[in-house]
Amino acid sequence: MNATPLAEELGPRARRQVQVVTAAVVIAAVLGAGLGLRRLQARGQLDVDLWQPLRDPAVIRFLLVGLVNTVRAAAAAMAISLVFGLGLALARQARHRVIRLGAGAYTEFFRSVPLVLLVLFCSLGLPVYGINIGGYWYLVLALSVYNSAVVGEIIRAGILAVERGQSEAASAIGLGYWQALGLVVLPQALRRMAPAIVSQLVTLLKDTSLGAVIPFEELLRRGRITGEFYGNPLQALFVVALIYIAFNVVFSRGAERV
Amino acid sequence: MSVVSLLLDNLDAYARGVGVTVALTLSAFAFALAVGVVVAACRISPVVPLRAAATLYVESIRNTPLLVLIFLFVFGLTKVGILFGYFTSAVIVLGCYTGALVAETVRSGINTVSLGQAEAARALGFTFPKALSRIILPQALRRVVGPLGGLFVALIKNSALASIISVVDLTGVADRVTTATERPLEAFAIAGVAYVLLAVPAGLGVGWLERRLAIHR
Repeated sequence: MNATPLAEELGPRARRQVQVVTAAVVIAAVLGAGLGLRRLQARGQLDVDLWQPLRDPAVIRFLLVGLVNTVRAAAAAMAISLVFGLGLALARQARHRVIRLGAGAYTEFFRSVPLVLLVLFCSLGLPVYGINIGGYWYLVLALSVYNSAVVGEIIRAGILAVERGQSEAASAIGLGYWQALGLVVLPQALRRMAPAIVSQLVTLLKDTSLGAVIPFEELLRRGRITGEFYGNPLQALFVVALIYIAFNVVFSRGAERV
Repeated sequence: MSVVSLLLDNLDAYARGVGVTVALTLSAFAFALAVGVVVAACRISPVVPLRAAATLYVESIRNTPLLVLIFLFVFGLTKVGILFGYFTSAVIVLGCYTGALVAETVRSGINTVSLGQAEAARALGFTFPKALSRIILPQALRRVVGPLGGLFVALIKNSALASIISVVDLTGVADRVTTATERPLEAFAIAGVAYVLLAVPAGLGVGWLERRLAIHR
């Protein structure tokens, strides 16, 4: 009972009030759920033939391949973003002012632009210039351009969080710039920024759903196709949402343990 | 020159797009603040079912892509007769989504208010809702102005998803100008710069507000 930060232990009167409110909330919830179900029933949305297709192994496989495509796009974009992000982070600390300003401008611009705008530009715009690389690469390209800027900032913060003494000590024992960076600074920085990278990876995974408008057949797109084919968009999209939630929760928990 | 001429030719459209984006962001954020404060209050309330419901809400919204929520609302809920215009739908979904994030932020703010404040309130005979609204929240909210501002700036970007359900915001305008002129690079670059021009003053405004509202001790 004391999970609320507002009181360590409730007195007898407060406990009685809590019981009354709890009862009221439960009754309201049951009533609300009942009304909701009746509405669904009245509109025929609980009919077996709308839910049945979603238990068909072929449909499940169709959706799971969509999830695999989602993960593929997210993994590719993350790999590219880590490389370019590291490059951007280093460029922002370069001695040369032009490089520093260029990297800063790239980061600031692409961080403040909506991802949809980039995705639409890649899919609608690039073909006009004769670049036809297909839905998958349009999506990965847009995600990478955006996430390089975001990941670059995470890496930069990680590098800045390593004390100066570390790189000074590294050069004092005769390590060059790249040696000091690779052997001393980055290993420490990586450990500190791991949580931020993981949470960005979850965001990236959710952002791949933009592939649905390109169109690239990731999970959401395939959910839409299923919904249109069987005439059950509510049920199909509900299942898609559940798959996203389950996958993200399992992924975050797993990453936390590592 | 081509960017300038494209911008001048379509100035009206872009101006209207900026207006729609701003209106969308402001109304969705107002909605999100209301949702967020209520959900945060539920998440720390002594009533167990409320706490469970609020946790379920926050966790499921946070782990679902925004576009899935938009499609679920627009294509799914119409089947049970929940029908709104595209703009209103976008405001509701963006508000519910950002509301979950606001709730988490407000909760973290509440956790920084020392327990003594709540104990003092109870000692003075404040009930839970009174203690929360009069003592705890005013202190908590002022401490999370910065993070809430961050959510606002993120919302400017997220509002672009409304263009997918045919709301003609900045992104929608870029889309249309591209179709009309076959010059995607210029059309999208103008929209991109416009977003940056919206985000930068918003960020500065947040910083100013944060300094104004900070509690000096």
